[in-house]
Amino acid sequence: MTALAPTLIEPSLQPNITLVLVTVGLVATGTALALDRSLVRVLLGMVLIGNGIAVLYLVISGRAGRAPFVGEDPAAISDPLPQAMVLTAIVISLATIGFLLALSYRLWQISGTDDVPDDAEDARIQRLALEDQTSSTYDPSEESTTTSDELAADDGSPRAP
Amino acid sequence: MSPNAFPVPDLVPLPVLLPLLGAALTLAFRRSPRLQRSVSIAVLAAVVAVAGVLVWQTDVNGPQVLWLGAWQEPLGISLVADRLSALMLLVSSIVTLLVLVFAIGQGQADSDDEIESETPLTIFHPTYLVLAAGVSNAFLAGDLFNLFVGFEILLFSSYVLITLGGSAARIHAGTTYVVVSLLSSALFLVGIAAVYAATGTVNLAQLAIRIGDLPSGVALVLQLSLLTAFAIKAAVFPLSAWLPDSYPTAPAPVTAVFAGLLTKVGVYAIIRTQTLLFPDSPLQGLLMWAALLTMVIGILGAVSQSGLKRILSFTLVSHIGYMIFGIALATPEGTAGAIFYVAHHITIQTALFLITGLVERLAGTTSLDRLGGLAVASPVLATLFFVSAMNLSGIPPLSGFLAKVGLLHAGIELGTPLAWLLVVGGIVTSLLTLYALTKVWSQAFWRTLADAPRSSETAAAPQEGALVGARETTHGSGPGTGPETTTASAVLADANPRTLPRTMLGATAAMTLVGVLITVVAGPLFAYTQRAASDLMSREPYVTSVLPVEVRR
Repeated sequence: MTALAPTLIEPSLQPNITLVLVTVGLVATGTALALDRSLVRVLLGMVLIGNGIAVLYLVISGRAGRAPFVGEDPAAISDPLPQAMVLTAIVISLATIGFLLALSYRLWQISGTDDVPDDAEDARIQRLALEDQTSSTYDPSEESTTTSDELAADDGSPRAP
Repeated sequence: MSPNAFPVPDLVPLPVLLPLLGAALTLAFRRSPRLQRSVSIAVLAAVVAVAGVLVWQTDVNGPQVLWLGAWQEPLGISLVADRLSALMLLVSSIVTLLVLVFAIGQGQADSDDEIESETPLTIFHPTYLVLAAGVSNAFLAGDLFNLFVGFEILLFSSYVLITLGGSAARIHAGTTYVVVSLLSSALFLVGIAAVYAATGTVNLAQLAIRIGDLPSGVALVLQLSLLTAFAIKAAVFPLSAWLPDSYPTAPAPVTAVFAGLLTKVGVYAIIRTQTLLFPDSPLQGLLMWAALLTMVIGILGAVSQSGLKRILSFTLVSHIGYMIFGIALATPEGTAGAIFYVAHHITIQTALFLITGLVERLAGTTSLDRLGGLAVASPVLATLFFVSAMNLSGIPPLSGFLAKVGLLHAGIELGTPLAWLLVVGGIVTSLLTLYALTKVWSQAFWRTLADAPRSSETAAAPQEGALVGARETTHGSGPGTGPETTTASAVLADANPRTLPRTMLGATAAMTLVGVLITVVAGPLFAYTQRAASDLMSREPYVTSVLPVEVRR
């Protein structure tokens, strides 16, 4: 198998155009979905991007060959290393997607929607900037505005309602 | 000691294996919290010991390498501990151990107080140990793909830890965090694919040899794709916005260990790839600009905040800039300064977040608007905060000062206009850090509670807020919920002080002490980081110890 590595850096490695196009299509669609507001669409986008990258590993493993078993002619088998890597990556992304599904279900349970929420802190700073005011921390006479996430973090019991 | 007296390389996988086995054990013992605690502490203490031996051995005998699974080199997976990895391993294992003690103290105190635990221990221990294993694996990885796996191990346990309990705020924060991490992992995978396609290997030592033969354009693409992936994880400026949004909501010990370790793993990966794979990088200028913007914009974020956790999250981002500065200089002095800064920053940032956890426990909030009188309520806590804050801002003689002087010195030595700009940026950032933390000191610790802008609510509200130690009850903490919905307020110690659990205070004090200890051993430590940096710069010790002669191509 050591013999495989040098052949890969030879310029004879011709990328499989079909697979490249499939990768491009999957990643582009995935990116478009991931830019959406809804977490489920983001999740689907991530699935597509992950699959696109899995196909990319088929591109880099070079020409297709026989299954890489011991005893096969080393010249006839396909490069096993990218397959090992992509299998690992697929398993990891499966687990992460599962977790993200659970997260979006919980988000829906809590807020009744699966939209990714606004950044409350960002909005607060923008409002202060628009009003040309300093943060209330500097001016005790000013009515206070505390970040909603710090308030939420103060909540000692993160239990389900 | 002769190098053959004990097979030191056999120790190399232990920092990964022990926590993983410990995680399995704690999962099996989930019905016995006491057994879980003992297993976790024993495992992490053992990792500290192993890391200590590795630091000593790598310093005496050079990099320790273990090829797993007895494949013919260079096919298998290699674990490599050189001076840099060993030091990172030692600092990170000390931090994980102390934070674990803190978390255990918090869990016990919560059950004593009959408050539902912020850290549900049954899930907490196994996840936390897996996190430790992932961090160790990333530090020890000898190839890019194993580095990726290390990242994924630590990220996955961090997903669980950051959403612990599943409250609305944590789910919101966790969503951002998970999606951003997924994206950076995807980019990392693309980078690995490109590296493999271009060179036919993912082994770092082989890459060090082969990348030099690539056309410069190809090498640049590889470098940029890897740097982008690592910069997201390390929270370098244009890619840092996720961090202050996600870290502050997690439970105190979790935030502390994240702040200390996770971004530093990204910084470690940048140091490793920049020095080993791309020594003649054309991207020094880009990295310097990124460092400058990370420092300055990060600290401006900290100045504009009014929540202690958010201030600290922004200082965390900002100080990543110092490390990138050191890496970007690409001189032995700069790299040594960056390594020293990483060691210093891991301990100090963790200590500050643990202190924040105690503040929250004492006062029920971390919002500066409603804090006051903490110096009276707990002089010990105030002392710890003061020492740590001064240490972070770089007040002499503490290690923060020494770390910054090391970096600034390296910058002045390089002497390019951009390096001078960074030196100025570094000093400004240091001063602004001092400003932000002094603000916390004067408001949360020094003034009386009555002077706090929202303390009036405390006096005027005789309902639940008046209960000493009452936790904040936030009704509907979703987005757009104004502060008006909060009924409870911080109540402080004047009537009936809420004492800080001794274990938590002890762990925090120990963490602060480790920060001070770095000052005491700064001389030897700086010498060590300089040796580590010159190893990294020459690349030869790493490559020769990993690869046997016949596969060194």
